[in-house]
Amino acid sequence: MSDQTYNPSLRESATFGRDVIGEIQRAAETGIYDIRGWGAKRKVPHFDDLLFLGASMSRYPLEGYREKCGTEVVLGTRFAKKPVVIDTPVTIAGMSFGALSAQAKEALGRGASEVGTSTTTGDGGMTAEERGQSKRLVYQYLPSRYGMNPDDLRKADAIEVVLGQGAKPGGGGMLLGQKISDRVAQMRTLPKGIDQRSACRHPDWTGPDDLAIKIAELREITDWQVPIYIKVGATRTYYDVKLAVKAGADVVVLDGMQGGTAATQDVFIEHVGIPTMAAIPQAAQALQEMGVHREVQLIVSGGIRNGADVAKAIALGADAVAIGTAALIALGDNHPRYEEEYRQLGSAAGFYDDFQDGKCPAGISTQDPELSQRLDPVAAGKRLANYLRVLTLEAQTLARACGKSHLHHLEPEDLVALNVEAAAMARVPLAGTGWIPGQSL
Amino acid sequence: MKTVDLAEQSLRELNQSLHDGELIRDVREWRVIHPNGAHNIACGLNDAVSVDIDGHAGYYCAGMNQQASVTVHGNVGVGVAENMMSGVVRVKGDASQSAGATAHGGLLVIEGNAAARCGISMKGVDIVVKGNIGPMSAFMGQAGCLVVCGDAGDALGDSIYEAHLYVKGSVGTLGADCVEKEMRAEHREELATLLKRAGIDDDPTDFRRYGSARELYHFKVDNASAY
Repeated sequence: MSDQTYNPSLRESATFGRDVIGEIQRAAETGIYDIRGWGAKRKVPHFDDLLFLGASMSRYPLEGYREKCGTEVVLGTRFAKKPVVIDTPVTIAGMSFGALSAQAKEALGRGASEVGTSTTTGDGGMTAEERGQSKRLVYQYLPSRYGMNPDDLRKADAIEVVLGQGAKPGGGGMLLGQKISDRVAQMRTLPKGIDQRSACRHPDWTGPDDLAIKIAELREITDWQVPIYIKVGATRTYYDVKLAVKAGADVVVLDGMQGGTAATQDVFIEHVGIPTMAAIPQAAQALQEMGVHREVQLIVSGGIRNGADVAKAIALGADAVAIGTAALIALGDNHPRYEEEYRQLGSAAGFYDDFQDGKCPAGISTQDPELSQRLDPVAAGKRLANYLRVLTLEAQTLARACGKSHLHHLEPEDLVALNVEAAAMARVPLAGTGWIPGQSL
Repeated sequence: MKTVDLAEQSLRELNQSLHDGELIRDVREWRVIHPNGAHNIACGLNDAVSVDIDGHAGYYCAGMNQQASVTVHGNVGVGVAENMMSGVVRVKGDASQSAGATAHGGLLVIEGNAAARCGISMKGVDIVVKGNIGPMSAFMGQAGCLVVCGDAGDALGDSIYEAHLYVKGSVGTLGADCVEKEMRAEHREELATLLKRAGIDDDPTDFRRYGSARELYHFKVDNASAY
């Protein structure tokens, strides 16, 4: 972002770079850690470190645009009477009304419904706009239980019990006072304008055995109609997934460290959790060992950007992916049309992450009525739908190249890694070799 | 009155019946026998029916109750009346931890003692405990009233928001940002009404009031030692 004139005699420290210096100076002036939105900004092993092995001689490809490649996914086939059927394996991750404007939530519902997929509530309850525009809506059951009520529970197409978030596993939510409008305050039963902390742990159960009873309660209340998802932040993934299955999950939602947040400590975003790519094989292994892979579906989120990411996540074992940050960008977040206003906020288009301030020029991460009005839910929903179609088409293209007639036919065997780290984490061979680090040849 | 014997019928059948609009329109009074500590009894009720449970109940008894009046003639496990929206839940015996957790409305009466975290994250419910309560009760309590006729454990009202706490006996310790507050006339009146609704004849003037000092409502570095 710096416009500094190039001077070859200046040498930046690898340890104390300008971003590090800036943070030390900021901390010294304020005495408070940095709070921001968005997700991890450091570079960590990611799907870009994997490549597909398109078909040549030993595999037989499918014809693009002519031969069918299925994309539909059924979620919640284990116990629910009414599983969630989505037409594309890309869903919208949970993001709260409060963190986002009502217009943004409506746009997410419109976009998702247009392409036949689901969207998800967040920490703050269900809004009428969201339910009205979302053909398939997943209702999050969070530690805070803000806005939680049985009427909304019964309106949901699925319930997602949130145990963790990829950007901050082990951490609760922070919605700062400047975003607490009358409506947000009313929904959360808290005074207007005060900082609202969402608890980091559920108040009425303390372990997986308790959780099993809690899930049974949710099923009893909803008469076993809808699937129960369990969302975990990617950390001790192998064990967490096993316990989630044991507790009775229909679907496991796994959020990697590149996942986004409305607001939390920068040190949390950058230093807690493991990369999405590294978590999927652990989850798939846990599901396979329990004999429930593809029976308990796996939704993966955290840094999904394009159809290649979608296809790679599925090849590693996911049934579907969820997008959050990318969906906001599709709506209009960080768009250059607001460049001047981003600069007035001390940021720039492509860099804006102060979601906690509630001053989002794009009208997305704000509760300011004037700013919120800038976002046309219909137009933004259309942009999101377009983007979701592109993700699906791209994933299909890659799957056909690997000879697959359904995205779910992709498998780790279709992938290789560009470097040793990715090979070890994704558990696929280093490109040009048969070597998977940690496994004997 | 319809009697359901949980030794003969499944919990699923009981709850499905209690959710059946047509059935409960005709049968307003229910009795559950042989509960044997089963979890999730009478959860998700959404009508003004009366349910008497003859014996001990397990976790989440009467969870998310709306409108119904549920009486447990025994003890209850974790999370009785959790997230209740309205109605009345009365426990004749003792309650385990997290009684009335996150409840938004209605009245929860515990005639015995309640364990730790009673009223945790309460959001508008009124809870009256005739006996003692355990530590960390009313943690992050947002709204509603917690009345304790006995003693309260440590860290009462830790990180409390706007819930009203009334304790007749001793308090182990107060949690972060929880302080004793003046007992004014409107508080005595509020407390008297609650005691009357709960069927308890204690004198409101014997109670002390606790609530939020509101020092942690906005993040300030000066409060770092309190976090």
